[in-house]
Amino acid sequence: MATLSAEKATTAQPEATSPEAVVVRFAGDSGDGMQLTGGQFTLSTALAGNDLATFPDFPAEIRAPQGTLFGVSAFQINFGSSEITTAGDAPDVLVAMNPAALKTNVQALKPGGLVIADTGEFNKRNLEKAKYETSPLEDGSLSKWDVLAFDISALTLESVKAFGLGNKEALRCKNMWTLGLALWMFDRDRAPLIDWLRGKFAKNPVLADANIAALNAGHAYGETAELAGPLRKLHVDPVPAEPGLYRTITGAEAVSLGLVAGARLAGLPMFFGGYPITPASAILHNLVKMKEFGVTTFQAEDEIAAICSAIGASYAGQLGVTSSSGPGIALKGEAMGLAIMTELPLVIVNSQRGGPSTGLPTKTEQSDLYQAVYGRNGDAPLPVIAARSPADAFECAIEACRIATQFMTPVILLTDGYIGNAAEPWKVPDPATFAPFPVSFLEAGNNGEGPVLPFKRDDRGVRPWIKPGTPGLMHRIGGIEKGIDTGAIDYSPDVHQSQTEARKAKVDAVALAVPAQEVSLGDVSGKLAVIGWGSTFGPIHQAVRRARRKGLDVSHIHVRHVWPLPRNLGDLLKSYDRVLVPEMNTGQFKTVLRDQFLVDARPLNKVSGQPFTIAEIEAAIEDMLA
Amino acid sequence: MNDMTPIATTLKDWETDQEVRWCPGCGDYAILKAVQRTLPQIGADPKNTVFVSGIGCSSRFPYYVESYGFHTIHGRAPAFATGIKLANPELDVWLVTGDGDGMSIGGNHTMHVLRRNLNCQIMLFNNEIYGLTKGQYSPTSRLGTPSPSTPLGSVDRPASPCAFALGSGARFVARGYDVSKELPSVLKAAYEHQGAAFIEIFQNCIVYNKDRFDDFTAKAVADEMQLWCTDGQPLLFAKGAKGLALDTATLTLKVVDVVDGDWQAAGVAVHNVKNRGLAHMLVEMPFGAFPMALGVIYDDPRPTFESVVAEERRKASANKDADLGKLLAKGQTWTVEETATHGLMD
Repeated sequence: MATLSAEKATTAQPEATSPEAVVVRFAGDSGDGMQLTGGQFTLSTALAGNDLATFPDFPAEIRAPQGTLFGVSAFQINFGSSEITTAGDAPDVLVAMNPAALKTNVQALKPGGLVIADTGEFNKRNLEKAKYETSPLEDGSLSKWDVLAFDISALTLESVKAFGLGNKEALRCKNMWTLGLALWMFDRDRAPLIDWLRGKFAKNPVLADANIAALNAGHAYGETAELAGPLRKLHVDPVPAEPGLYRTITGAEAVSLGLVAGARLAGLPMFFGGYPITPASAILHNLVKMKEFGVTTFQAEDEIAAICSAIGASYAGQLGVTSSSGPGIALKGEAMGLAIMTELPLVIVNSQRGGPSTGLPTKTEQSDLYQAVYGRNGDAPLPVIAARSPADAFECAIEACRIATQFMTPVILLTDGYIGNAAEPWKVPDPATFAPFPVSFLEAGNNGEGPVLPFKRDDRGVRPWIKPGTPGLMHRIGGIEKGIDTGAIDYSPDVHQSQTEARKAKVDAVALAVPAQEVSLGDVSGKLAVIGWGSTFGPIHQAVRRARRKGLDVSHIHVRHVWPLPRNLGDLLKSYDRVLVPEMNTGQFKTVLRDQFLVDARPLNKVSGQPFTIAEIEAAIEDMLA
Repeated sequence: MNDMTPIATTLKDWETDQEVRWCPGCGDYAILKAVQRTLPQIGADPKNTVFVSGIGCSSRFPYYVESYGFHTIHGRAPAFATGIKLANPELDVWLVTGDGDGMSIGGNHTMHVLRRNLNCQIMLFNNEIYGLTKGQYSPTSRLGTPSPSTPLGSVDRPASPCAFALGSGARFVARGYDVSKELPSVLKAAYEHQGAAFIEIFQNCIVYNKDRFDDFTAKAVADEMQLWCTDGQPLLFAKGAKGLALDTATLTLKVVDVVDGDWQAAGVAVHNVKNRGLAHMLVEMPFGAFPMALGVIYDDPRPTFESVVAEERRKASANKDADLGKLLAKGQTWTVEETATHGLMD
């Protein structure tokens, strides 16, 4: 059954090797269930005690035409026995379910890596769709790699024969067969997945049984097939982790949980106004299931209504939250200005994707930094926070709620498609350890016998929050410039000058209420600082670690508070000879740093829709220090 | 309307210290007075009353009412109102919008607030012109309206706000005009309706569209050209000399003469505020050949959006533990022991 390619660069690994980390990529048609396979493999990896990071990479089309190059969906996981912070550069193993999946992914595979391919799909039609003239499994073009090709389709059909499924349904079990083989390869327990399948197909036990049979058959194939060469068991040791309770978490889950926790710490019910958009919708889907935590979700008629309803809820005394991705955030711009002008708390989550316009809906990018910091009419400052990983997104969401309610301001929380969809192990925190930040509403007049002063600022420049329904405090607010303290319409020159300065000073003062910038890895001064924000944390961290192992004088700084910037950041950056800013855009944070601190920050940019590899950043570090 | 104890107030209690900045003679003054006259009549409580507006001349309205008020952004008042009402259903929410704000830039939100049936009063001031931006034609301007942006006359046909409201699923549709003494009773009916109540108020723009509605509001023609709809009463106008009857051959309304007050003999239809088909016909009657239908044209309540949302939340939360610790630890978890071995928890 197995047809091993004749010539290959043998890696000569011993049986049951224990590599420190392994990168596996599952690739197939968007209808092949690759994201599901990857997700379940992730879970089994976490249960095996490995640290891990994942990278789901799928097309914008829900069901792109079968077998085509643009319809390929892939899921990469990097797992290992030491700390993992990226989804890995080059895969060690590529599972290619059809020719198109092979073609679009094989170049990423490490030399000597393993290709597992389903010969059942390498027919003339699929080869043509993938623009192969001859079968790559037979023409020697894969000689750089180990190839294990066998008819997974036929093996799957055989394994589920007993259940009487139609051909199409039976072939849908291919992903579970493949997963079974992968579980065998990496010495993983099947039991949790069998439980999961039983739950998933509770209403259709036949499908559950068929999928379990396919999973077992794939596992047994690895176990019993007399295979020589590349297919061998790899055991990755568990990472020594801090004791405690763990789960896997995606960025979208972490943001949702962080918002719920943040609202609770503020002592407020939460109102979430959203409109469906990739890749932000998952937050709405998560929150709708958390109603018992005082969460109201509202699917609005458009992005504008989503943010306006959230501002309305904040005005009425709840914590208003809205979420979107770049194009939707653009539509919300005018309403953000109103929240800035009326000084109401609001959390705006932007799960960034490739732009401009519709851009790359399912691919990741960090190109909305300018939009977040500067993208509104008028002088319209607001705090911006960026999460660096799925787990970090939890703390960032709480931080956004804290700043919004404590400073009566909208706050933008930046994540991206990579953070949103990727999963990592998360040590479940104990809510008792979170510091509450209860809000207080103005209940009585603040002007003696006179009318209430809704814009009378405290010593931090923050106005009181007054809920409609409060006796005696009736007042009017709006988007027109307002008089000092009174809030009554007043756009006289001195008033606008003064109020513009007051709004800026209030947001600037947020820097005093957030921690000073620390160095993530390395020293507080030296030859080179690599400074990043958001989801580039993993590759920057690993690249700096590797460079330091080689003896290079380089440190990693990662910024959470993108606006206002931490108060010590300028001095910190000036303590290095050189500054490198890797970003998944054309240099936006670099420009902000230059503008704010007059430092000679140098860009390293990537806008391919794919995260940085460690090697790319490592090479840039070596160039800078050469 | 909310189930609240009526509060005793006077018109004066609803006036603010703000200088009203509409043009002298603007119809908005009359509407403001009508609202301030209505609020004491219905026992409204200033602390629980919120006026929400968009942008335009009419949208300055909240600044002049002594209650809570939110002057928001162009066209979006319904979305703000939705958030306010979902966050606190006890509040009494009035929307103030215009033909540009509510039918053009905010048409989408007008449609959805009506469709969802948020419990609020939506006053659409229709002056058939953009006043605040100096006189451009609006989506309700009649064909051929000359304006700075249409010097040769507008070429696109106007939208009918009430027909739009009915098409969007509104459960209450009424019409009035700025200086009408009937306006408070229309507003009162809107307030008493549970759900989104849509009121088109024809409003005279003294500067850019002066006397546009004289063809039915002028004293000389008022009797002949106004038909006030009253539930359970025959659809009569011209002091009872004319009425509306159903033309069964074409399934449309027709004007019939009533002789000696015998409207039954003339076949005049009786108004029924729950008859949606009749409501459609009344708001679509071509003006000129027909009078302008005014008053409460349609009123047939359905459960309100905020009540349904609250009920759903109550059901979904019933018997559920809002334990944050448990929420965070949901899903498949594992424990790392001190010895760095691991085990499956659940």
